[in-house]
Amino acid sequence: MEQKYPIKKVNIICAKGAIEDVYATLVMGNGAVMEGIETNLFFTFFGLDAIVKSRMDKLHTGVVGNAALRLPGGFRMPTLLGVIPGMEAFTSWMMKKQMGQLDIPPVSEFLDLITAGGGKIYACKLGMDMFKFRKEDLSEHVSEVLTIGEFYEKAGGEGSQIIFT
Amino acid sequence: MAQKNYAGITVDVNDEGYFTNPSQWTKEIGAEIAKEEGITLTDQHYAIIDFLRKRHLAGEALSIRSINHSGVLDVKTFYQLFPGAPLKRATKIAGIPKPVSCI
Repeated sequence: MEQKYPIKKVNIICAKGAIEDVYATLVMGNGAVMEGIETNLFFTFFGLDAIVKSRMDKLHTGVVGNAALRLPGGFRMPTLLGVIPGMEAFTSWMMKKQMGQLDIPPVSEFLDLITAGGGKIYACKLGMDMFKFRKEDLSEHVSEVLTIGEFYEKAGGEGSQIIFT
Repeated sequence: MAQKNYAGITVDVNDEGYFTNPSQWTKEIGAEIAKEEGITLTDQHYAIIDFLRKRHLAGEALSIRSINHSGVLDVKTFYQLFPGAPLKRATKIAGIPKPVSCI
């Protein structure tokens, strides 16, 4: 369908590193690439875990203070259960298993798909400095480490949107 | 339901131009839809179209990820063959419904 003001470019910022935060960025980013929309993904602060090679496929979901988390069967998970050793690892494993069944790929493969379609992956310089990451720590799909100013320059253009997940 | 004429054959399509009856499709029809889309089909195009049709007819969901498992070509080549929105364009040319997958 022809639209009067189509979205031509999306710039998605990912600042958190839990499974659901990172996948919000990756799913929306990949979806944009699939629609032929120019796509920039910018990872910063805890979101950097999604592009750090040693961490990207080992993300977790928080089980303490996560009000929406439910047990199998639909009952709310009491926060106190979250402190049981292994609960976070188990929940995270369950999430990944469910996503796998829906053909949602692991983070590293998702970055493959996004960059294969021309999507660009960027890391935040300030976040890198804070967490003492080096360029070598990052996935080879990361094209550049940017300052905030450089990110805004790349985000410019008609029909461009900035999304903070 | 709308109808369109490709290669001398009348076919049923929806309002976005996707086939509602994939069995009406032939290779010649595929070539004509591709021409409308500004694409000239090569053997590589036909190979992936064949994969998409088989997968659809087997009742399996189509995703961009599944292209990597096609054994025909990788996702990067897929994007080059059908520039822009490859899965949407390729399924239109292949005479199958628009994919409902978000991945």
